[in-house]
Amino acid sequence: MLRYSLKRLLSLGLSLLAASAVIFLTIEIVPGDPASYMLGINAQADTVAALREELGLNVSAFERYISWVGGMLTGDFGTSYTYRTPVVDMIGDRIMISLPLAIYALSLSTLIAFPAGILAASKRGSVTDVSIMGATQVGVAIPNFWFAMLLVVVFSINLRWFSAGGFPGWDKGLIVGLKALTLPAISLALPQASILARVMRSALIDTMNEDFVRTARAKGLSKRQAMWRHALRNAMIPVLTIIGLQFSFLIAGAIIIENVFFLPGLGRLVFQSISQRDLIVVESVVMLLVFAVVIVTFIVDLTYAAVDPRLRGRS
Amino acid sequence: MKHFKLRLAIASALAITASLVYAETTDITVGVTLEPPHLDPTGAAAGAIDSVVYANVFEGLTRFAADGSILPALAESWTVSDDGLVYTFSLHSGVKFHDGSSMDSGDVKFSLDRARADDSTNAQKALFSGIDTVEALDSTTVRVTLSAPNGAFIFNMAWGDAVIVAEETIADAKTNPVGTGPFVFTNWVQGDSITITKNTDYWGTPARLNSATFKFISDPTAAFAALMAEDVDAFPIYPAPENLPQFKADSRFQVLIGSTEGETILSTNNKMPPFDNVKVREAMSHAIDRQAIIDGAMFGLGTPIGTHFAPHNPDYVDLTGQSNYDPALAISMLADAGYPDGFKTTLKLPPPSYARRGGEIIAAQLREVGIDVEISNLEWAQWLEQVFRGYDFGLTIVSHTEPMDIGIYARPEYYFQYDSADFQQLMVDLNAATDPDARSTILKAAQQMISDDYVNGYLFQLASATVANANIVGLWHNAPTQATDLTAVYWND
Repeated sequence: MLRYSLKRLLSLGLSLLAASAVIFLTIEIVPGDPASYMLGINAQADTVAALREELGLNVSAFERYISWVGGMLTGDFGTSYTYRTPVVDMIGDRIMISLPLAIYALSLSTLIAFPAGILAASKRGSVTDVSIMGATQVGVAIPNFWFAMLLVVVFSINLRWFSAGGFPGWDKGLIVGLKALTLPAISLALPQASILARVMRSALIDTMNEDFVRTARAKGLSKRQAMWRHALRNAMIPVLTIIGLQFSFLIAGAIIIENVFFLPGLGRLVFQSISQRDLIVVESVVMLLVFAVVIVTFIVDLTYAAVDPRLRGRS
Repeated sequence: MKHFKLRLAIASALAITASLVYAETTDITVGVTLEPPHLDPTGAAAGAIDSVVYANVFEGLTRFAADGSILPALAESWTVSDDGLVYTFSLHSGVKFHDGSSMDSGDVKFSLDRARADDSTNAQKALFSGIDTVEALDSTTVRVTLSAPNGAFIFNMAWGDAVIVAEETIADAKTNPVGTGPFVFTNWVQGDSITITKNTDYWGTPARLNSATFKFISDPTAAFAALMAEDVDAFPIYPAPENLPQFKADSRFQVLIGSTEGETILSTNNKMPPFDNVKVREAMSHAIDRQAIIDGAMFGLGTPIGTHFAPHNPDYVDLTGQSNYDPALAISMLADAGYPDGFKTTLKLPPPSYARRGGEIIAAQLREVGIDVEISNLEWAQWLEQVFRGYDFGLTIVSHTEPMDIGIYARPEYYFQYDSADFQQLMVDLNAATDPDARSTILKAAQQMISDDYVNGYLFQLASATVANANIVGLWHNAPTQATDLTAVYWND
C-alpha cells in the first residue's frame, strides 16, 4: 500500500509540473494585452506603456514563469492585473462557493443515484427498473442550464421560495448560504445523478453475474444478501471513477450554472479573467483546478485500493 | 378554486408585508451587468467603475447632470480669463473626504497633477494634456493655467476620470475608494456585489437612500429573472431589450428609455483599399438600412444618426439624409468607383449584442450590393489587439460611448485612420473658441465634414433602457456618462 501510494504521489508531482508549463505557454500565446484592455479605446500610448510597467509586464516570459512557479511553491499566486488584489484571496473567496456547491451537488446526486441504481439493478426488467432508467434518460438529456432556468421560473419568479440567484455570503448564516446554493445544486445534480444511477445499475448487474457471486449464492446466501455483502463493494470501482470525474467537473465546470444564478464561483472567475486578459489569475486558477483534479484522482486511486485489495499488489 | 384561494391569500399577505416594507424603504439593490475591475476611476477606462462610484462616491470640480449639461460640483464657481487660458476655481469650503480629512485646493492640485504626470495611468489622459500649471492659491482657490485655450475644459473636468482624490488614500482606492460624495464605499463581495451607504457628513444635499447595493448580473436571462423575482429593484442599461414589452405591461415596473453618448458606427479602415476611396465609402453608406438594424438588432431602441454626434445635443445636425438607404444608388456608385462586381472585405465584431446582431444584418445588406463580407467574432482583448492597435480590419462595429468625442477624428493614428488637415484645423479652432456660439458653429461644421467624407458608416445612437420598480423616483433616464447617480433617488410610499 505504501509503495503504491508513493508511486501515485510521484506521478502526481510530475503531472503538476508538466501542467504548469503547458498552462503558462498556452495562456501566454493568446493575443491580447491586459493593459490596453483596462485602458480602453481613448487611452494614449504612453499611458498603456506606464500601466504595463506598473503591472510588471515588461519582463521576459521566462522570468515571469519562474517567478510564478516559485511564488506558488511558497503559496504566493501573485497579484491580479485588473483587480490588484492577491490572487490567492480571490481564489479563496470563490472556492468558498464552488467547493460547497460541488459537495452539495455531489451529495444530492449520490443520495438519488445510489438507491435508484441499486433498486433498478435488483429489480432488473421490472416496471420499477424501466421507469427509473426512463427517468435517468430524461435526466441525461435535459441540459442543466435549461433545467436551471426552469427552476428559477417556478421557484423564484412564481413561488418566490428562493431568490433568483446571487450569494449573500456565509456570514449571513449556514442556512441562508445553503438556501442560496440549493437551486444551483439541484440543477447540477440532476444530470450527474442520472449518469451515476445508470453506472451503478450496470456495474451491479455485471458483478451479480460474476463467479464469486454465484459461489456466494451456492453457499446459501440469498440474492439480496449476496448483493449487499459481495457485489456492491465490487461494483463501486466504476462508480467511484465516475464520482471522481464528476467532482472535478463540478468544481470548475459549473460556469454556466454560475452564470444563470450569478454566483461568484471559480468558473465565472476564470471566464471573466480570460476576457480581461488577467493572465495571472487564469494561470493560477487553472493550475489550482489541475491540482484539484490530480488530488481527486489520487484519492480515488487510493480508494480503489481500499475497496479492492487486488490493486494494492498489482502496481 | 381551492388553489386560487390559497394564491389569493398568499398574494394579499405579500401585499400587506410589501406595503409595510415600502413605507420605510431606504435601501436599493441595483443590477449592473459588469463588475468593476477595481474602484479607482482615475486608473482604468472601465465604465463599470463609474457605474458605481460616479457622483455617488467620487466628485470632480464639475459634474454631468442627467440631461448632459454641466453643473458645478466641488467647485462652487469659476472664472475664465479673457484669453481663455486661466481658470480660477473657488471650491466649496467644509468639504470632507470619507476618512474625515478635509478636501482643499491641495487635493485638487494633487489630482490634476497626478492625472497628467508622465507615469499616469489615467485612461483619458488627453483631458488634462492642455494643462500647463495648477496652483493652490489658498485653501479654497485653485488656478489652472492652460498652454492653449480649451473651450471644453469645464466639460472635461466633469468626467469620471477627473474626480478629486486625496494623496493619502489614493494608493488603496482600487479596493477602498475614499471620495467626497454623498455615499461612502462600505463593502465589496468580489464577484457578487458592492455596497455603499449614506455619507452622514456630506457637504451638499444629503442622499435620501441609506444604502445601495450593486449586484453583478451579466447574463441577460438572469437579469430578467432577478427583476421578476424582485431580487433587484432597478436595472440601468438593462441587457435584454427583447423583454422590455413584458416589463412595460407589468404594473410592478417602470421602463425608462433614454439616450446615451454611444454613437454606434460601422468603423471603416480609411487607409485600406478600397475604403481609401471616398466614393466606395459613400456607396457603402447608401447600402445600409439603419432602421432595419435598429429594429432587428436593438428591438427598435435607438435613434438613427448621420454623423458622429449625439442627437440629444443642441448642436446636433441631422445628416441622415446624406446617406439614405438606396441600394440601387449604392450599386451604381460602386460601379463608378471601379467595383462593378463589388469586393471582399472583413467585418470584425466585438462581443456586445449591438455589434454581433447588427453585424449579421449589415453583412446581409452589404451582400445585396455585391460587397462580400466575411464576419469574425472577437473578444474585446482580441479586438483591441487586431482592430484597434493592429489596424487589421476592413470594417468593424463599435459604439463610441465617451461624451463629445468627435475630436477622435483629428487623430490620424486613431484606428479608423481618418487623416484630414481641414478637420484637424477645425478641432484646433474649436479648442481655441470659448464663445458658445462660435463653438456651436464649429461643431456643426465638423459634423458636416465627417459626414461629407463618409469616414465611417453612421448607424444609430445607442439607447439606454432602465427597468425599475414602479415606486422608485429619481433615476436617470438618459446616460450622459456611464453612471448610476443615486444622489436624488428615493422610494415613493
